[in-house]
Amino acid sequence: MTELDFRVGEVIETSTSRFVAHCYDLHGAPALGSLVRTGAPDRAVFGLVAGVSTTGIDPGRRPVARGRQETDPAEIFKKNPQLTRLFRTEFEAIIVGHADGGTIRQALPPTPPRVHDFVYLCRPDEAVRFTERLDFLALVLEQPAPAPADELIAAAVRQAAGHRPHPDEFLVRAGRELARLLALDPVRLQLLLRRLKHAD
Amino acid sequence: MRTDGRGSWPGGRRRLGRVIGGSVSGGLEIRLDADVPVEEMSIGRFVTVEGDRRRFLCLVTDVKLRSVSDRVATVPPDYEDPFIARVMGGITTYGVLQVLPTLTLPENPDDPPEPVKTVPGHFSPAYDATPEDLKAAYGDEGKTDNFRVGSPLEMPDIPLCINIRRLVERSNGVFGKSGTGKSFLTRLLLLGIIRSGLASVLVFDMHNEYGWKAEDKERGIEVKGLRQLYGSSVVVFTLDEESSRRRGVTYDSVVEIGYNELEIDDLLLLAEPLNLSSRAPDLMAVLEREYGRDWLAWFLSLEDPQEREQLAKNLGFGMNVVNALYQSLSRLKQLSFLKPRADTRAVDLMLSYLKTGRSVVLEFGRTNDLLAYMLVANVLTRRIHRHYVEAKERFLGGVGEDPKPLVVVIEEAHKFLSPAVAHHTIFGTIAREMRKYNVTLLVVDQRPSGIDDEVMSQLGTRIVCSLDNEKDLESVLTGVVGRSELRNLLARLDTRQQALVLGHAVPIPTPVRVRDYDEHLYRSLKPRASAPEGGTIDLEKDLFGEW
Ligand SMILES: Nc1ncnc2c1ncn2[C@@H]1O[C@H](COP(=O)(O)OP(=O)(O)OP(=O)(O)O)[C@@H](O)[C@H]1O
Ligand SMILES: [Mg+2]
Repeated sequence: MTELDFRVGEVIETSTSRFVAHCYDLHGAPALGSLVRTGAPDRAVFGLVAGVSTTGIDPGRRPVARGRQETDPAEIFKKNPQLTRLFRTEFEAIIVGHADGGTIRQALPPTPPRVHDFVYLCRPDEAVRFTERLDFLALVLEQPAPAPADELIAAAVRQAAGHRPHPDEFLVRAGRELARLLALDPVRLQLLLRRLKHAD
Repeated sequence: MRTDGRGSWPGGRRRLGRVIGGSVSGGLEIRLDADVPVEEMSIGRFVTVEGDRRRFLCLVTDVKLRSVSDRVATVPPDYEDPFIARVMGGITTYGVLQVLPTLTLPENPDDPPEPVKTVPGHFSPAYDATPEDLKAAYGDEGKTDNFRVGSPLEMPDIPLCINIRRLVERSNGVFGKSGTGKSFLTRLLLLGIIRSGLASVLVFDMHNEYGWKAEDKERGIEVKGLRQLYGSSVVVFTLDEESSRRRGVTYDSVVEIGYNELEIDDLLLLAEPLNLSSRAPDLMAVLEREYGRDWLAWFLSLEDPQEREQLAKNLGFGMNVVNALYQSLSRLKQLSFLKPRADTRAVDLMLSYLKTGRSVVLEFGRTNDLLAYMLVANVLTRRIHRHYVEAKERFLGGVGEDPKPLVVVIEEAHKFLSPAVAHHTIFGTIAREMRKYNVTLLVVDQRPSGIDDEVMSQLGTRIVCSLDNEKDLESVLTGVVGRSELRNLLARLDTRQQALVLGHAVPIPTPVRVRDYDEHLYRSLKPRASAPEGGTIDLEKDLFGEW
């Protein structure tokens, strides 16, 4: 696969701690918790997909139901090819790190990504390398997110575990880091850990 | 290796945790790393904390469970779930070691360790103490002055030494309730003392367990005594020749004591077992004045009541007083080693052996009742002590040699050293005069609270096995700093083969698991003493040598 295969969209709104990307394909956003990268390699910024939305392009026009006669919703798009252009899929990413020369820091970037920077879904090996350190969990816990932060973390950790040969080891390692961060909130911690575990 | 099921650490150094707080006086708290199981930590272990500039050898005095907040305890994690248990263990809940910093270890292993005057900084790492750390603090087994008495609790592979030179500088005590291993431990200490060549020992062996061999009733075997292990540098005397012969003991001489060797003080020491009346001291004093040194033999020969009545008239005492004394002292007739006039050669022989640096064990055989024991120990020790005093004074006056230090071992010590009698007995004197005349005591006792406080406070090193009685616990800790921690340690010792060593011979109070008394020990005892080895004893030369 080429780099193009991992390109999912472009930055259309950006700030220090988060950015919004417009996907090239309708419903083409990466899964919740996926690690994405944007910006030129030397100032790459990493984010976790924290919320996905699909809305009509024209806020004045309200979509209508069309599938009464169909057995499969996909048929609707086949019969109305213009629909794919009337909707847009966007996702919001919480920034969890950036490249600083050769190293990756799990901290906010000095400058935010730029508008129209391409956004790529990180390859599994890239995601594994990024999640070797777990400082990003603290960043996520502290951010207001479109979805509950704990759901986002559970999803991100499960994905990162799934990319590894020994997922359980990673789950325990991440779990211990979370236990350290949430030690004072045992109820929340307990719920979050249960979510992690239900991955397998 | 040990097989008693307690974990042991094969080589290497394991990190246990980090310092999270504490003080010089109150000790340190170490938060355990999550992967260190709390249950493997136990009171009495040693840990080494590495501060920025110094290393601290610390003793674990408590193990605690903590949680980061009370909420953790009120909303307990779902520990049945193995994943949750693995994740949470050591993080929201964790173990804490309370440790007493005992010494700072020198950079250079040849320098002595120093007392602790500060604490390591926050988050200094703590490790299992290594044999080298212990060696730096307690001395190297390979050096003559040091003797391995055992290991730290739960660290069976690490040798722990006491310093024999410092041990024999003062009187010492071995305490513990019955069956805790006092005799085994004492025998071990004596092996160490004799091997060092720093002192001779004189053992009043009430239960025949030091000289040739001892029975280990628990294990159903016999263990070797001092004579078997050190050959002719140890001489065995017996009060009961027949018993020694029957038991197959190699003994060197038989001890007899003459009535004329008993002093009134010796008899007063026995006031209780002899049931002496309150008038007895006066009467005995008068008898001695009137009839001289042989008064006792003569008095005991008055079997006819009329003779005694005559005596009572002559001396102006009541008939009942005389009769009561006669009844009391008649008990002495049952002691087979007492003779109207004894061949004093045995005592002189004993002295001559001591003089040549040998050690002496006096077996009591079947005569092991307290009356005989106290009488003999007191009479012989008084005579021997007198010789040491004279020799020492001559030496100070520039004549002869300084007598080789002597350690006198007595069991049931509270009988000799109770507040009531400590001031009359030779043992009280020896304990109080410290080592002025090169004679010190090693007292073995199961009732330390019965020992006079002043004597107790003179003991340089106390080795304390398990004790139940509150008063006994109090008394062995008299005058020791950090009593509450030590009490805690003491109360948790196993009831056998574990002891707390306090005082002069160790840098800090130290719990030990006493070394096994077995073949392995025997093999390790290559004598280093300059005392004669093997062969026959050259009596001529020994007897006529100068002090
Ligand atoms: N160091 C040791 N090595 C091997 N066995 C030991 C050791 N210490 C104690 N024991 C075991 O404990 C038993 C009791 O020990 P010991 O006779 O020394 O106790 P004690 O305190 O002198 O008892 P008592 O007060 O009755 O004289 C021994 O028979 C032996 O089995
Ligand atoms: Mg005993």
